[in-house]
Amino acid sequence: MIEFANIRTIAEKELRDALRNRWFIVFTIAFAGLALALSALIHPGGTQLRMMSYSRTAASLINLVLLFVPLIGLTLGSANLASDRETGALAYLLAQPVNRFEVLLGKYVGMAGALLATLTLGFGVAGVALALQGSIQDAGGYLLTVVLAYLLALATLSLGFLMSTVAQKTTAALGGALFLWLFLVFIGDLGIMGTTVSMRMPIEAVFFIAVLNPLQMFKLASILTIQANLEVLGPAGMYATDQFGGLLLPLLLIGLLIWIVVPLLGALALFSRQEKFVLKGSAR
Amino acid sequence: MIIARHLTKRYDHTTALDDVSFVIEAGEAVALWGANGAGKTTTLRCLLGVQGFEGELTVNGIQVSQNGKAARAAIGYVPQEAAFYDMTVLETLHFYARLKKVIAQRVHDVLDQVQLTAHSSKRVNMLSGGMKQRLALAVALLADPPVLVLDEPTANLDVKAQRDFIHTVQTLNRAGKTIVFSSHRLDEVIALGSRVLVLAEGKLILECLPHELAEKLGLHRWLRIWVSEQRKDDTLKLLDEQGYTFMPNGRSVYVQVSLGGKIAPLRSLELASIPVEDFDLIDGELVLQGDSHD
Repeated sequence: MIEFANIRTIAEKELRDALRNRWFIVFTIAFAGLALALSALIHPGGTQLRMMSYSRTAASLINLVLLFVPLIGLTLGSANLASDRETGALAYLLAQPVNRFEVLLGKYVGMAGALLATLTLGFGVAGVALALQGSIQDAGGYLLTVVLAYLLALATLSLGFLMSTVAQKTTAALGGALFLWLFLVFIGDLGIMGTTVSMRMPIEAVFFIAVLNPLQMFKLASILTIQANLEVLGPAGMYATDQFGGLLLPLLLIGLLIWIVVPLLGALALFSRQEKFVLKGSAR
Repeated sequence: MIIARHLTKRYDHTTALDDVSFVIEAGEAVALWGANGAGKTTTLRCLLGVQGFEGELTVNGIQVSQNGKAARAAIGYVPQEAAFYDMTVLETLHFYARLKKVIAQRVHDVLDQVQLTAHSSKRVNMLSGGMKQRLALAVALLADPPVLVLDEPTANLDVKAQRDFIHTVQTLNRAGKTIVFSSHRLDEVIALGSRVLVLAEGKLILECLPHELAEKLGLHRWLRIWVSEQRKDDTLKLLDEQGYTFMPNGRSVYVQVSLGGKIAPLRSLELASIPVEDFDLIDGELVLQGDSHD
């Protein structure tokens, strides 16, 4: 039987640990600082800061989110279980009256809470700065971008947890997380571009391959929140707008939700079957 | 009461436990004896329900394979070296108390019980090995479980910490707790156990009383004696004359003794007016440089 009180206890501990983690603090400060910097531009003719509108700030933040959020989501997720397994803390925790579902979900919820708190702080600082300058138009689009960033953070955290269940050591888990980050951020795009050119793929195929990447889903959905169509993305964007119309944004949201749920279920399935691998020390 | 019937655990190509059956009555203190790889830890992990197994295993009437979580609630577990999260002693106990659904007051009770109250604000990684084991025992006692499972609990402790820990567990056993512990230290088994289950290569090969163990397994016990440098030759000569197997090692001499005969070499030295500066008892095989004298 699953006890939500146990999930909550473990989640609170994870949240507390994350907020004490110096790398996490550095990330939070860096993200908040960059978000604030992006929301403010030096006025060309003077010393005053001229604040941009919410939609322009959201557009600037999309690229920041695409780089930072997957990196922290993947690394935090991948290091979590792997390091606990390596120190033996996981084996000790599993010897208590808890089940594996509660442990994994508790850890996930705690890390997710920390990650979302960071994003809230970053977006919040930028949002408050804009509001203080009176630039409150397009606030709805800005908030939707924040929600999308949350979904991307949770998706990459799920992928990190999945890596953490299969990696033998923390270093391997972190290495895998960094490779996946590189793949999702850079190599994936370059690969699609190269394949498109070399194989002369039809535009719909390019679009569907692109949206297999959760980062692309986030990017497309975010652009849709600040402008009505994807023409800015060229033929693939125009194809998507023509083909799906108003359904595109809900479909992308569902796609991001699938990226959250499926890797997490995969991690749960693997974790619930692991024995010797999870329990540190001599097996006999 | 713990009942194991035909307990078998197989990993990919190895059988870690092979058709092991035993019954442990409430209030007993049973030692699992065996070399590394004999199946001691696997047996304890099966008891905790943290891994699958074949056969039947019940802890206080709870089917472990069906309800591992309930079995773990009935068991307090102390590993060889507990790995705690980076928290203070008090935070650690509160964390596990919440998982065990125990009221906060119980945290202070167990802190007192294991004499860690003065260290409650220390971070766990600042504790000595002995204090960490006492903290693990405190965590195990939080829910006042009827069964304590200890996996070589004193293996990494110094002599004083070992004695203190064993004394605490003896007290708990006298208070009615069932103790199941793994060990490969004869003195620990004798001090703590009321019965011994001997495992070898995953099989239960012997059940006996602790004091029968050395004889039945042909184990050696060594008395280490320190004498002055001037009287060392006299000591060796006397031991040789009296037919002891012994081994000089620096300023000390190792003398092989039987379980009930550890005092005999000391008496012989006393009668010969050779003062003994110190002595210690060691179980098992010695790995020393030097000549053995049979």
